[in-house]
Amino acid sequence: MSTTLEHPVPAAPAGGREPAPADGGQSAATGPGTQPVTMAGALNAAMADALAEDPRVLVFGEDVGTLGGVFRVTDGLASRFGEGRVFDTPLAESGIVGTAIGMAMNGLVPVVEMQFDAFAYPAFEQMSSHLAKLRNRTKGRVSLPIVVRIPYGGGIGGVEHHCDASEAYYAHTPGLQVVTPGSPADAYHLLRQSIACPDPVIFLEPKRRYWSKEPVPAAPDAELDQAVIRRPGKDVTLIAYGGMVGTALEAAAAAAGEGWDAEVVDLRSLSPFDDATVADSVRRTGRAVVVHEASGFAGYGAEVAARLTEQCFHFLEAPILRVTGFDVPYPPPSLEQHHLPSVDRILDAVARLQWDDHA
Amino acid sequence: MTAPSTITERVAAALPPSATPLALIDPDGHPVVNPLLTMPPDDVLAELYRLMVIGRRVDAQATALTRQGRLAVYPSAHGQEACQVGTVLALREQDWLFPTYRDTMAVLTREVEPAEALSLLRGEWHCGYDPYERRVAPQCTPLATSTLHAVGVARAAQVKQEDQAALVLLGDGATSEGDTHEALNFAAVWRAPVIFFVQNNGYAISVPLAKQTAAPALAYKGVGYGVRSVLIDGNDAAAVYAAVQSALAHAAAGHGPTLIEALTYRVEAHTNADDAARYRDDAEVQAWLARDPLARLEACLRGRGLLDDAAVARLGAEAEQRATALREAMSGELDVPPADLFEHVYARPTRTLAAERDFLLDELASHRGAEEGGS
Repeated sequence: MSTTLEHPVPAAPAGGREPAPADGGQSAATGPGTQPVTMAGALNAAMADALAEDPRVLVFGEDVGTLGGVFRVTDGLASRFGEGRVFDTPLAESGIVGTAIGMAMNGLVPVVEMQFDAFAYPAFEQMSSHLAKLRNRTKGRVSLPIVVRIPYGGGIGGVEHHCDASEAYYAHTPGLQVVTPGSPADAYHLLRQSIACPDPVIFLEPKRRYWSKEPVPAAPDAELDQAVIRRPGKDVTLIAYGGMVGTALEAAAAAAGEGWDAEVVDLRSLSPFDDATVADSVRRTGRAVVVHEASGFAGYGAEVAARLTEQCFHFLEAPILRVTGFDVPYPPPSLEQHHLPSVDRILDAVARLQWDDHA
Repeated sequence: MTAPSTITERVAAALPPSATPLALIDPDGHPVVNPLLTMPPDDVLAELYRLMVIGRRVDAQATALTRQGRLAVYPSAHGQEACQVGTVLALREQDWLFPTYRDTMAVLTREVEPAEALSLLRGEWHCGYDPYERRVAPQCTPLATSTLHAVGVARAAQVKQEDQAALVLLGDGATSEGDTHEALNFAAVWRAPVIFFVQNNGYAISVPLAKQTAAPALAYKGVGYGVRSVLIDGNDAAAVYAAVQSALAHAAAGHGPTLIEALTYRVEAHTNADDAARYRDDAEVQAWLARDPLARLEACLRGRGLLDDAAVARLGAEAEQRATALREAMSGELDVPPADLFEHVYARPTRTLAAERDFLLDELASHRGAEEGGS
């Protein structure tokens, strides 16, 4: 399903982050340490460390071997660990996930890549009917410790089928864990935790953050299924994940200038959902805005808003608002800036949280 | 063997299947000389027959249990006994079997406990047996998806350098699904030790083969992928056994997958809930009954002096015992703990699932309380 029509490493959007170097922004895999690494590099290091520690771990998918992936996230892994453990597959996503299931049944730990969000759809039956259900089908006798890595979301000027925020499909499927890192620091540990998880994990990688850089701490700041408060605040909770965590943090910084002290919660784990951390935050602040790139209708934010309403109703000072992509197919690069949630839209939503009523 | 490196060598490795189905025993029970398949020894022929007699009787019993409401549904393999038994008997202990919903006879032949094997069709649980105990995957109900799982299992055996193969059962309909084609391709590229065993029984529920494919034979679907492909008489248990053994040897030698198309016939309707009279003539069924796999093997064994009336009577009694055991295994009422709904979705229940489990258990307790209070 993947095409070779697009430039494999899209340039960063104008006025945005630094453009991607030709090697995808990384050299040798570097994990935890004081040196800043890109998210792509942190993910690379996580796989390298997992491959080195556990002979059962395999990495495979389209172009992940010799080329090192179209985003170079698997750069150097095939030459370091050999083509027996890091290899290219035929171009067929159902085949990649389906054979990963068989390999896991027979004792291996596959980490597979779907090249782009929308190219994962041919594998959807394997993920929803088998990856998600085999443990339950067999009363827990068959575990599938598989990680399906999916570069997802927009903001990189990608053409059609390269920018979908497809998290809701997976989050709606019992039996899957769905996680997404918001930063390089978290990416390393979240992927290590996902590979160690006995259950299948859909690991969504926000493409727009592949080239952001920061040091990776030695230890994770949360478990695989926990949300983390990235910025404490007392007036309003901004709830975001993946590519929108950075945007929410920017919005929080801007909001401070307008007198709002915003707390930012990075969900990390979309399924299961960390009710405790998020509800605790919203009970403290009394206001919440959920931010995601995907379309709003029946989107992930609807679940978040519903749960928080059920759990925090008497603490709320205003309805929970959502800032999401429009309910349209993902737009061409010329229009994507109108579609994606922005700092301004988040600030506008914060402004609509009925402050005057309680001033 | 080194990989074929030229087009000519690749063509030689992927010759089209024979023009007529390979057989070792003709429909009248006479041996057929066939240079491509080896006639199994006498003791194997006798064992094939014994297991097919048991298989047919137990299959009939399962169908009867649907009429008594003891099974929710049962897709019969009547007429396909040679495929069901021949494949399983040829497999080694370390090999994996990937069955579909129609292959309960194969699952039972692999010695999975009947009560566990029929859990799915009884409506008790999706898969009642431990797949690792006999290396039998859960019965596949979407069809074709399991072909990829079999290739993955085989690939893992390669990675671990273990002498192990996987045999996946599929039907004529499943060869139209994309996963079958992806599986054939992956298996060929990886030279995975996997056997695609297609039971071409003429129908995908109601749709006949002519509406399913324009291929000269389903076995041709392997050729384009570079998969060794053979067409056999699927009502000849000796041919089934020999073809699977040959495919296992091919795989063990590192030559990769084999596609076996076995021509057979689904004598019963799709399931007890289906009405085959809506889409096929009785004359067609009668013609296939004349090619009955049990009668053929029985004639062969009698001709070789390996079977007499007394032995047939003994086997009949043994099969009857198995049928009785199945009846008894299915006689109790189902008692599935409601909390099992939540137990195995994840390695450990999530907070949400734990809350939902508690909700259900409280609800059930309050219903019980209300019933007790009201009586």
